[in-house]
Amino acid sequence: MSDARSAILARMRASLGQRAEDAARRAAVADRLQRAPRGIVPQRGQLDPAARTELFCKMAEAVQASVARVASAAAVPGEVSAYLKTHNLPARVRMGADARLAAMPWAGEPHLEIASGRAEGSDLATVSHAIGGVAETGTLVLTAGSDNPTTLNFLPEHHIAVVRESDLVGDYESIWDRLRQIHGKGVMPRTVNMITGPSRSADIEQTLLLGAHGPRALHIIVVAD
Amino acid sequence: MHITSPAFKDNARAALDDDALQRALGNVRSGFIGKRAKAAAALPEFEQLRDAARDIKDHVLAHLDLYLEAYADKVEASGGHVHWAQDAEDARRIILGICEAKKARTVTKGKSMITEEIGLNAFLEEHAVTPVETDLGEYIIQLRGEHPSHIIAPAVHVNKDQVEEDFRRVHTHLDPARNLEEPTTLLSEARAVLRDKYFQADIGITGANFLVAETGSSIIVTNEGNGDLTQILPKTHIVVASVEKVVPTLEDMSQILRVLARSATGQDMSVYTTLSTGPKRPEDPDGPEDYHVVLLDNGRSAMLGSEFQEMLRCIRCGACMNHCPVYHAVGGHAYGWVYPGPMGAVLTPSLIGVDQAGHLPNASTFCGRCESVCPMRIPLPKMMRHWREREFSRNLNPAAARYGLGLWAFFAKRPAVYHAAMRLAIGTLSRLGRRSGRFASLPFAGGWTRFRDLPAPQGATFQAQWAKKRKSA
Amino acid sequence: MSADAAPAQTPPPAGLPPRVGLFVTCLVDLFRPSVGFAAVKLMEDAGCTVEVPAAQTCCGQPAFNSGDRADARDIAKAVIRAFEGYDYVVAPSGSCASMLKKHYVELFDGDPAAMERANLFSAKVFELVSFLTDVLGLDQVEAAFSGSATYHDSCSGLRELGIERQPRKLLQSVEGLELKEMQDSDVCCGFGGTFCVKYPDISNKIVSEKTRCIEESGAELLLAGDLGCLMNMAGKLKREGSRIEVRHVAEVLAGMTEQPAIGEKKRG
Repeated sequence: MSDARSAILARMRASLGQRAEDAARRAAVADRLQRAPRGIVPQRGQLDPAARTELFCKMAEAVQASVARVASAAAVPGEVSAYLKTHNLPARVRMGADARLAAMPWAGEPHLEIASGRAEGSDLATVSHAIGGVAETGTLVLTAGSDNPTTLNFLPEHHIAVVRESDLVGDYESIWDRLRQIHGKGVMPRTVNMITGPSRSADIEQTLLLGAHGPRALHIIVVAD
Repeated sequence: MHITSPAFKDNARAALDDDALQRALGNVRSGFIGKRAKAAAALPEFEQLRDAARDIKDHVLAHLDLYLEAYADKVEASGGHVHWAQDAEDARRIILGICEAKKARTVTKGKSMITEEIGLNAFLEEHAVTPVETDLGEYIIQLRGEHPSHIIAPAVHVNKDQVEEDFRRVHTHLDPARNLEEPTTLLSEARAVLRDKYFQADIGITGANFLVAETGSSIIVTNEGNGDLTQILPKTHIVVASVEKVVPTLEDMSQILRVLARSATGQDMSVYTTLSTGPKRPEDPDGPEDYHVVLLDNGRSAMLGSEFQEMLRCIRCGACMNHCPVYHAVGGHAYGWVYPGPMGAVLTPSLIGVDQAGHLPNASTFCGRCESVCPMRIPLPKMMRHWREREFSRNLNPAAARYGLGLWAFFAKRPAVYHAAMRLAIGTLSRLGRRSGRFASLPFAGGWTRFRDLPAPQGATFQAQWAKKRKSA
Repeated sequence: MSADAAPAQTPPPAGLPPRVGLFVTCLVDLFRPSVGFAAVKLMEDAGCTVEVPAAQTCCGQPAFNSGDRADARDIAKAVIRAFEGYDYVVAPSGSCASMLKKHYVELFDGDPAAMERANLFSAKVFELVSFLTDVLGLDQVEAAFSGSATYHDSCSGLRELGIERQPRKLLQSVEGLELKEMQDSDVCCGFGGTFCVKYPDISNKIVSEKTRCIEESGAELLLAGDLGCLMNMAGKLKREGSRIEVRHVAEVLAGMTEQPAIGEKKRG
């Protein structure tokens, strides 16, 4: 296939009237990749923390996610139980090995059964921990790993996602900064999911319906910290 | 895919006579336009973002070879494989090769126009690999043996009752007496049927909305979540993407993301924007063990540096067709190949030849609505005109049209002769039309008078009246 | 496309009335001279001197949009030559004005001298209503019309020249006229120059949608700024037996509605 690669690249250079060795072009590309300049960042998300949280919740609810705000991580298990009860769901969730979730007082919910690991097709509800949320569009950001397996985000009927208030940012760009801090420049986890509301489709007569292939419901628990 | 673009006129007539289609097309007008306008208006920076998105792609296209090299290096560094396909045949062979190496019998597919472009499904079927479309719209048209009629709403030409018929015909394992009246029940049925397919599939194939050179990531943007299940459940994930999908950085992707969903469906953001980088890591409990990217050229390298280069900025949002009066009238299938509407009218001749697709750039009123909503500010009418220029210079347009144009140009370039001739012609025409003020039919004007009356001229030409007035003054 | 109707150009010498060359347009010349006279009246009332060069035929769009650049270029050169001496060039058509203003400059790639002339020419070209409002600063007219009217935004004027609020502003000053907006006034009428005869079935479908919107507006009169669109819509309305009358917006603004409407027979 390397022949095809050289042929395609050579054709591009010929069409553009450029030579492969052109140092100025290479420098321009290397520079942009290194600097990763920000473009237009909407003012909408540029708020103080309290207003940012408000906007995040408002935008998420506008795309049919439900949002609960709790005072501390200790209140999360109770909120999960309450959500399941309200939706007539069995007291059972699946979650990954996320240390922040593990540190929460699940023992306080003795009826709640907790399965661990990646999701199965039969899971009705899962809990995962987001690395952050973007206020400008109410978007959650989750990354793959044994902490929060990606299947948890897609297979259940109800996806419960926990996010710390201090991890809410105004814009996508701030998330990329954080990913670079965690993983290094140019390195990514296998999957990064930006999730904005529950699954939906309008493929039948352009009528919007929730719960196409992914979760029918997305419940976001925002934890004050 | 069989090309019927040369029969555009017949296709269009059939589409206009198809009542069910006409009903469905009403959903395009009501379903997209207002939502886009609202989403655009709600973001003060929207117009600036369109400029920024355009500039990013222009920069990429001027350095496309280098960004692809950088991207491919990153994919390989993260453990993925990159395959370069010069044309559709190459791409099909590469994908089949991976299927054979994995002994794959079933592949699930996320929605991908590129796999339509390369005719992947039919090819896989010929080679005993079963492709299963998982996007609801794609699934519906796969059941119907059709092709997408819209690049983001593939089944927009189908009505609910037709979907119900198809589901009853194909899902024979389900209770024939079940109630499928509500769209939600149709959706639930498709969800349940496809759930099993994700787990059974050996390979998942998706397209890509972006390829990020900085990280070697492929990005899909979807609402249903089917693309994600397609790419995390099977052991192998194949991404098929055309070369112009590459962007430099995550920041650049973010600029374009901000205009993509707003232009397409009027959402601020689609539900799932997923960045995939390489195969799963040793510690990951889920995700594919193998990750392949097939980079398709298929004529795009030749568009660089040409008057059609700007078309490579297209991000396939569908806004142009959503706002096109011609698309509203005839739907997507009339265009006769993969890409309909204004973007198809420009891109299709590049990919299958203007001799085949010559009607497409002509079937436009140049109303400019497509360009006014294109998030990437692609001058679509201008490029359709460029195709007309190519057709004209290659004598591809009909002889009668060329003759008429030549005759008209002869007069138009000779004002004195023109005014004398028109004085006579208009004098005659206005006398003939004086009684009713219009013509219901007229020789040589059948194209006009078949559907509408031709208003009669008032009398002498303006120039004649003006000259007379000046003389008497 | 940006709405750049506001002129970036120096006004004519102080004290002298602006000299305007009227680009009549071929359709107005042949089918509806009254629009040309209305344009002359509106501009003369606003203090302009209006002349009509005889060396004009058509703007060249049929050639340009059929891919015949050579003929389009020849015609463009002739038009530029005929109008170079005027302070302004004004056309009672968004489509033709846009051809002169926006597209002529595209015809002279690789010919810097011709390009320079086309650019200078382009800066002087305006569509009639835009000229009256954006250049001359007119915000009302002395005219009366009793009845209701709906206004169709012709595509080139709207999207290439940014003409949208200007005609509505002037129409609001017409005594006795009630403006009733139609749904989708910014959607193409299906004329499209040669499109309507090359693809008559599609054109018919589009204009049928348009006449439905016009009828539903409840207005008695349809107005627009382009005679091509007007003849298309009038032709369809008349074929459908509609009683709605159709006129060029300049006729109403100039108070010159004594001629029968488009496609109507002489009264009495």
